[in-house]
Amino acid sequence: MARTTKQPAAKKPRATAESMAAKQRDISVSEFFAKNRHLLGFDNPRKALLTTVKEAVDNALDACEEASILPDIEVRIEELVAPPSVSKPGRYRVTITDNGPGIVRRQVENIFGRLLYGSKFHRLKMSRGQQGIGISAAGMYGLMTTGKPMVITTRPNKSKPAHHLELAMDTSKNRPEVTVDAETDDFPETSSGTGTRVAIEMEAKFFRGKGSVETYLEQTAIANPHAEITFVPPDKAREDAELASDRPEADDDGIVRTTEHADRILYPRAVSELPPETAEIKPHPYGVELGSFLTKLKTSQEKQLAGFFKNEFCRVPPAAVKAITEAASTKGKSYSGQTWLKGLETPDAERLYKALQNAKLRSPPTDCLAPIGVRTMLAGMLKGVKAEFYTASTRDPSVYRGNPFQIEAAIAYGGDLPADQSARIIRFANRVPLLYQQSACSSFKSVTETGWKNYGLQQPRGAAPVGPLVVMIHMASVWVPFTSESKEAIADYDEIRKEMKLALQECGRKLGQYIRRRQRMKREGQKRDVFERYIGEIARACNAITGSDIKEIHDLLLEQAQTKTEIADAQLDEEGKFVKDEHGRLAKNDDVIIIGDDGKPAVAPEPDAGTNKPKPPSNKQTKRTAKKKVAKKVAKNAVKKRRTAKPAGLFES
Amino acid sequence: MAKRTTKKPSGKKTTKKAPSKSKRPVSAHRAERDKATSDAINKLATGVVKAAKAKAEPQFDVPTRAASNTKWDKKAGILRMGDAANTRQLFNLGQARKFMQTLLHSKGIGDLIEQNKTSSLRGMFYQGLHTIEGTKEKTFDDQTESDSVLEDLEVALGSLREELHIFAKKRGTMVGNITVVDNGDEINCRRMGTGGYAIPSICEPDVIQFKDVKADFVLHVEKDTVWQRFNEDRFWEQHNCILTEGSGQPTRGVRRLLHRLNKEHNLPIYCLLDCDPWGHYIYSVIKQGSISLAFESERLAIPSAKFLGIRAVDYQRCGLSDDVKIELNDRDTTRAKQIAAYPWFKDDKQWQKEIKQMLANGFKMEVESLITKDISYVTEEYVPARLKAKDWLG
Repeated sequence: MARTTKQPAAKKPRATAESMAAKQRDISVSEFFAKNRHLLGFDNPRKALLTTVKEAVDNALDACEEASILPDIEVRIEELVAPPSVSKPGRYRVTITDNGPGIVRRQVENIFGRLLYGSKFHRLKMSRGQQGIGISAAGMYGLMTTGKPMVITTRPNKSKPAHHLELAMDTSKNRPEVTVDAETDDFPETSSGTGTRVAIEMEAKFFRGKGSVETYLEQTAIANPHAEITFVPPDKAREDAELASDRPEADDDGIVRTTEHADRILYPRAVSELPPETAEIKPHPYGVELGSFLTKLKTSQEKQLAGFFKNEFCRVPPAAVKAITEAASTKGKSYSGQTWLKGLETPDAERLYKALQNAKLRSPPTDCLAPIGVRTMLAGMLKGVKAEFYTASTRDPSVYRGNPFQIEAAIAYGGDLPADQSARIIRFANRVPLLYQQSACSSFKSVTETGWKNYGLQQPRGAAPVGPLVVMIHMASVWVPFTSESKEAIADYDEIRKEMKLALQECGRKLGQYIRRRQRMKREGQKRDVFERYIGEIARACNAITGSDIKEIHDLLLEQAQTKTEIADAQLDEEGKFVKDEHGRLAKNDDVIIIGDDGKPAVAPEPDAGTNKPKPPSNKQTKRTAKKKVAKKVAKNAVKKRRTAKPAGLFES
Repeated sequence: MAKRTTKKPSGKKTTKKAPSKSKRPVSAHRAERDKATSDAINKLATGVVKAAKAKAEPQFDVPTRAASNTKWDKKAGILRMGDAANTRQLFNLGQARKFMQTLLHSKGIGDLIEQNKTSSLRGMFYQGLHTIEGTKEKTFDDQTESDSVLEDLEVALGSLREELHIFAKKRGTMVGNITVVDNGDEINCRRMGTGGYAIPSICEPDVIQFKDVKADFVLHVEKDTVWQRFNEDRFWEQHNCILTEGSGQPTRGVRRLLHRLNKEHNLPIYCLLDCDPWGHYIYSVIKQGSISLAFESERLAIPSAKFLGIRAVDYQRCGLSDDVKIELNDRDTTRAKQIAAYPWFKDDKQWQKEIKQMLANGFKMEVESLITKDISYVTEEYVPARLKAKDWLG
């Protein structure tokens, strides 16, 4: 009715197709994400700070590595307005400075001012960032909460002054607006001479502890020991800013550790080799879905099927093309490498796609992966976690859905770690720490599914093990399957979880060996006690029967008892695994580090007795030496002690 | 080093021994045995001293006392101990304590021999008992621990318990047409009243001698209550025999006494035991020796001993009432089958039949069950009838 009669001035005009059409328009990506910012990790003021730091630091590390620069990164958080109450956010300025290659002037707006703009999305290459949402979303969040533009200073050429830009974003157009554009000399000297600084003002809340910026940086430092990271939290920001001056020194044991100063927290560089440059690969057919296969067919520059398969995918050699086209051929239609792409309709494409999925193809090349590596992981753990036993393992590359990936795991055990709590699990994807949604993550599941009891640890059913343990899991891949855009958890693919479990088992076996050895040392100690207890009785009985000298026989037997139990101690070092380097730390196999401690007995306490272990007074006082040395020393001391503490009267008469 | 083994420089000893005068004179045989025992002890201790000085592991061998190391000597009709031995080491966590205890007891026995005294098993436990210096640990937790060490020492030293100067608690009673000389005192076993002569734990010829052995045979019954019945009925007088009882599994003293009466005076031994696996095994031990004392079988076992009853057929033969049936439980059945499988029973058709019959009955009977017929049925009818008919198992 309403449609047929025209009512120009109706009070309640009904919507018509026409009127609706007038409202229907493009949704800008930035607009969408402005409304759905939780998808990008800006759910709340606490997380906003972390996400901003994370995106900036990830970008900085990627850029440095691509330019072969050892990264120096400074993260500074200043409190501009303190949170008025517990429930309300304050205002902060986050500044991240790197020594990367810098950004050429004309790209600055695009990189920082547009969502979904970047170099990393269109390629299959292992890198920290993937989608190109990160830093621009942070800038957008800052702009929305404070109205202040992002301030970017970048110096791509060391002989020229830096560019200073202030950038706002037009969310409706997904286009940046440059409000200030000037050349400036206000850029700190960096080791490379080039670099970028990003400053964003935002409503946020600063905190420490689980899921905080500090945790993120700590874990980043563990997975990226080639980077030096300086963190200036708000409470230290007003201190004397003589930053980046004194370099961290290795402590007495030759270990470079994270140190907290009055004005900053320093995560020092522990290795000075950059991760190897990774190759970019073409997608593997197994990982391609029908839709994208169709798109590829349409957009390919190639004219014929042979060229299409060769240049759009990896691992499809001419022999495979022949097999695929033959398999796809039917009575009515046959295909070959010479078939023209133009003539292919959707049913043809579907047939080809099916044949492609069923074809026997080699796994994708794995030179596109750069695992952290056992040595580097150990260096990172050693720097960030105070423990007594470290081990790491890198699995061979594997494939899920046509994407190559590689799993690594590391374990730190004992020392000052809390013994009565669940193990701490630190997760990484392409060297980026994952801080949220632990239980949704494939890596967490793999930890709970590993049988830690086999390795001498306690483990409640279906949970992580309990003990003084830090477990690190890293997944390196050209495409890490996250469960959401905020990149917090790795999706649960069987292939991935299986590899994770295998890596954990490798580490677990070494840990089990170590725990068992420690227990054996304890047993040997008890054994020695038993023998020594009876030796006096035996010496006296022998005297009564044969008239032999009590003291002589006693000492001879005591000596034997000690050699007997010392043999077992010594075996611990001679089984090949525990040989040390010049620092007395690294094992021969490179995958185990054991730190002895004079403050503790060589016969180490049970893992679950670790709670009441006295803490070493300070780092410097606790000399760390090889276990072997300690074992011998303790044994010697024990002998001395026993000799002196002999009960009087034994040798009388 | 060798000189130490022969000499005993007593000046260095920690324990002061008073050269006390022995109560009784030491016979030449005994002195010889004592010398052998103390030599064996000396050898054991010297081994330890030598090992200590050579920086070798102190150890000694203890022959294994287990069924696996027991051999059935069919010809002699007795059990013998095999050659298997366990090595006891000081530096072995499971053996260190026993090692120490063995040496402690060796020393204790050495002292007993030197002073020519004897001690009970319990006495030995207390003699070796003290707290180890600097600890709260005692050398022995209980007497069982001490007893098993002494048994080990017997086999390790190759000496009998008597020769170690150790006696056990006495058990077993005797009465009958015989006179016993016990350590010089004459005991007329015809005049023992209701109590009888308590059989001592050591029945060696140098302590116990027999005199006026007029009896024709020995009747050994399982326990005291049955023995009382026979004694009260003056059975031994009427049938001219010796009546003994072992309070269950007879001690070494009782077995040695029976063995000597059989060997020295050719007295046949008849046993009246319960009709159950335990009764059967008592007979087995009297006849061919026990597994744990296999090394002593030669001087304890009586291959000619006879099993008079109670037989499985007696329930029907004697017309016993249902009340005397004691149902066989699982343990009894298992044990009965175990006994039937012993090599010395395996080829004995009579015994196989007897055990089979008992299992088929499904119940066991005690000797006392015969009392249901009449209070003196066992002494007046049952045993005389069996003896007359020569109805027994051999």
